[in-house]
Amino acid sequence: MSKKIAVIDYGFGNIESVLKALNFCKAQAETVNKPEALSGYGAAILPGVGSFGPAAEFLKISGFDEAVKNYVKSGKMLYGICLGFQLFFTKGFENGEHEGLDLIKGEVKKFDLKDKSLKIPHMGWNTVKTAENIYARKMFKGIEDGESFYFVHSYYALTQDVSKSSSVCDYGGDFCSSIAFENVWGSQFHPEKSGDKGLAVLTNFIKEAL
Amino acid sequence: MLGVRVIPCLDVNKGRVVKGTNFINLQDAGDPVEVAKRYNAEGADEVVFLDITASHEGRDTIADLVKKTSEQVFIPLTVGGGIRTVEDIRNILNAGADKVSLNSAAVKDPEIIRQASQRFGAQCIVVAIDAKKTAQSKWTVFVHGGRIDTQTDAVEWAKKAVSLGAGEILLTSMDKDGTKDGYDIELLKEVSKSVSVPVIASGGAGTVDHFAQACYAGASAVLAASLFHYGQLTIKEVKKYLRSKQISVRGAGNV
Repeated sequence: MSKKIAVIDYGFGNIESVLKALNFCKAQAETVNKPEALSGYGAAILPGVGSFGPAAEFLKISGFDEAVKNYVKSGKMLYGICLGFQLFFTKGFENGEHEGLDLIKGEVKKFDLKDKSLKIPHMGWNTVKTAENIYARKMFKGIEDGESFYFVHSYYALTQDVSKSSSVCDYGGDFCSSIAFENVWGSQFHPEKSGDKGLAVLTNFIKEAL
Repeated sequence: MLGVRVIPCLDVNKGRVVKGTNFINLQDAGDPVEVAKRYNAEGADEVVFLDITASHEGRDTIADLVKKTSEQVFIPLTVGGGIRTVEDIRNILNAGADKVSLNSAAVKDPEIIRQASQRFGAQCIVVAIDAKKTAQSKWTVFVHGGRIDTQTDAVEWAKKAVSLGAGEILLTSMDKDGTKDGYDIELLKEVSKSVSVPVIASGGAGTVDHFAQACYAGASAVLAASLFHYGQLTIKEVKKYLRSKQISVRGAGNV
């Protein structure tokens, strides 16, 4: 199997930062902008910064939606970051209702905070509560419960597949801050911007994937 | 809990960190990449590069510097100073910055905030406001390093910047900057309660308690430059104090 990691470039990404972090973790990583090329890689990352609707639409038009779904079916590991993570869910409600990849049952909605002193976007380092299951332990191996990760987002995910959630974060209420189930991993936080702990999560992914 | 961010700001001139007051007597203070690495190791939650390079030729070096830094430091990096166009913003973001900070250019043409926010997302557009008190509970916006009074109300400008798509406000008090006798708390309170986005307090920090006062006033992040440069306070000391005041900060358990 290829030891290379594909960073999917669909025009909505913090691609460079992700590549640099993977390189720093001593992984070989390349950007991939053609869906048909994806199957040649040992693992894939779906990054993303931007708005759910246009990003979902672009995945569909480019053919990356089917390519990503088939990739997951093949058993190879996929990690979604921020908007990439949000796209894993069934639906997103950012400027209208949009269909996601439906890899995880759940919805992505705008923060509706009762405490008006809480700012939107949710920006900065927040602590996460890690789940007690085998995949969560793999994802957060070597990282203590209650560590902080870097977030920047105005929409949050909630999932009905509670067993697939690997951590939750509290910002005016708990939301799903990461998922890990079999070969589908992802986080609302940016592991590539979360210092040593973030790099540890990426390293755990690389080790599990390759 | 979401932590208050403690942010060191590095003044960069022609690719080097410089120390000095009011752009005078600039002294070389090292390689920005190395300084950023050191701040990262000390627990900085973010790093700001403020490019004060006056000449146009020197300006390409900032993008190169951002690239090198982002290959080695994996916390958010904001770059400000001299950014004038959407193209400038694209170059800096492509080089590896997470956010850009707009100041004079946004005052001159507020539409750049909207254009940049729509193109790159509000999360990476910071609007920096240099405010000076001109009357009781009234501050106006200054540009060009504090030399020109725009006679625009600072609180109104902050609201407008956010409505145009700013994801964050970097608020510097011109009166307090360099004095080390505390942030302008009244200004901070006014702006913070007037906008929905995070506000970074800047200008005037001199003691650990000044940082706490800014947090009480509503700041989501606290910034200092010379204080950290000269080692008068370390980021760890600031975080330790904030934690002792029950203010949430990242990694406080380890400091």
